Amino acid sequence: MSHNAHEPTASDLFEIKAGYVNLLNLKLLGLDLDTLAAQLSEKIRSAPEFFRNAPVVIDLSGLGDPRLSIDFAALLPVLRNLGLSPAGVRGGRDAWQRAAERSGLAVLAEFRSGTQPKEAAGADGTSRAAASEPARNVAKLIDHPVRSGQRIYAPGGDLIVLAPVSPGAELMADGNIHIYSSLRGRALAGVQGDLESRIFCMDLQAELIAIGGQYQISENLEESIRGRPVQVFLRHDTLIIEDL
Amino acid sequence: MARIIVVTSGKGGVGKTTTSAAFAMGLAMKGYRTAVIDFDVGLRNLDLVMGCERRVVYDFVNVLNGEATLHQALIRDKRRDNLFILPASQTRDKESLTKEGVERVLNELAETHEYIVCDSPAGIEKGATLAMYFADDALVVTNPEVSSVRDSDRMLGILASKSRRAELGVEPIKEYLLLTRYSPERVRLGEMLSVEDVQEILSMHLLGVIPESKSVLGASNAGTPVILDEKSDAGQAYGDIVRRYLGEQVPHRFVEENKKGLLKRLFGG
Ligand SMILES: Nc1ncnc2c1ncn2[C@@H]1O[C@H](COP(=O)(O)OP(=O)(O)OP(=O)(O)O)[C@@H](O)[C@H]1O
Ligand SMILES: [Mg+2]
Repeated sequence: MSHNAHEPTASDLFEIKAGYVNLLNLKLLGLDLDTLAAQLSEKIRSAPEFFRNAPVVIDLSGLGDPRLSIDFAALLPVLRNLGLSPAGVRGGRDAWQRAAERSGLAVLAEFRSGTQPKEAAGADGTSRAAASEPARNVAKLIDHPVRSGQRIYAPGGDLIVLAPVSPGAELMADGNIHIYSSLRGRALAGVQGDLESRIFCMDLQAELIAIGGQYQISENLEESIRGRPVQVFLRHDTLIIEDL
Repeated sequence: MARIIVVTSGKGGVGKTTTSAAFAMGLAMKGYRTAVIDFDVGLRNLDLVMGCERRVVYDFVNVLNGEATLHQALIRDKRRDNLFILPASQTRDKESLTKEGVERVLNELAETHEYIVCDSPAGIEKGATLAMYFADDALVVTNPEVSSVRDSDRMLGILASKSRRAELGVEPIKEYLLLTRYSPERVRLGEMLSVEDVQEILSMHLLGVIPESKSVLGASNAGTPVILDEKSDAGQAYGDIVRRYLGEQVPHRFVEENKKGLLKRLFGG
């Protein structure tokens, strides 16, 4: 066995690379923990696979009353008991973010709908979401079938697929997703939070569709739009599926 | 240079070994010097279907470990002197299967053979991924049922990304769909997916359909690849498949209950 030049040496125990992590955005609209736990567990039951050990960002921007104080020591166990992995917070008041930091959470860059993630808002400047500014208008083109178990991600732009997407396959894009064939797997557009992004497909039989974290699973798709050419977009935080 | 063909599926028990034996025999009958390798280390099945189990002295693992030469381990078929079987071992574990070892054996076989057929084990573990890694062509054996189709789909994803061809960035593995244990009657009753359903989901080239047939069990009990049973439907179907693979135009058969107008449903004619 010869030693590979790239093997870590004693002084070289890590590598740093810009990475991308797909995080669910959990936007809190209230702080009654019992109600929150009940409602969340209901939601998770509807798509347990989707949520299993899912890393989540707690979005604090929906908490109206600035005088609220957030007890992260009580909130985090509630989320973890439901199988979620809280990774950080975004949005909301400075005081809340400081409290989150004291509980070991990261403070991520805020985003607004319809815009690219911008530079970190806080003084810490360590935001992941803003680490690399995605190039604009770069579409990724896939001309072969996307098979079960495969995952394709188009960072910073649109994803265009010219062949069928199998059950168990997953498409993700920071921008729009266009499928000129059957969609039987999952499609998640606007995964960095672009709420203006859309999904277009010629034959909707998806297991799951999502835009900016708002998702819908197969069971909840209306029969009337199944197997048809459709577009999917968000209107007032609701997924709309429309005939093309 | 030999052409390496992997017979794969993901799901177990769909007919890979039956197909490997018949296909290898079919290529040999067409005059090609052919070797067929059992990658199902630990189970050993191909030699039974080929009817040479009593002549196994050394096996694939012996060759990989350098305990026997390839020449010593290869078993020449009694019916065709241009067909060779490299059996799996029943006793050893899969640890001896390494990429380097398999490549060495395949390279050596390639010097003296025109086709090398690799009978893959089920699953997506080492034996299966190694059986496909060096392939030029893949026969994806699928039964007309949802779980089998799904596993084939997953296998196709692995073929497209985890093969030598994918890693070298050269022309991808050629994929052929083989729909086996097909029963038009059960399709009509809604108990099985139709040829069209499977093709639509997998969107790949259909090499052929093998009907569900009692002759398969009889043949494997007798140690005779079913392609040699020229009176049986399954034997004829495998014969068609070999000819199609070699580039002949052969109409599809065994797709409809009514044995007339077979082409209509396939080609919407
Ligand atoms: N066309 C057919 N008609 C009827 N029976 C069949 C047919 N093809 C295969 N069989 C039967 O199905 C069983 C499994 O076949 P075979 O061993 O070829 O599958 P396999 O995919 O190699 O299985 P494994 O995954 O265990 O290696 C055998 O009993 C065989 O006789
Ligand atoms: Mg087998």
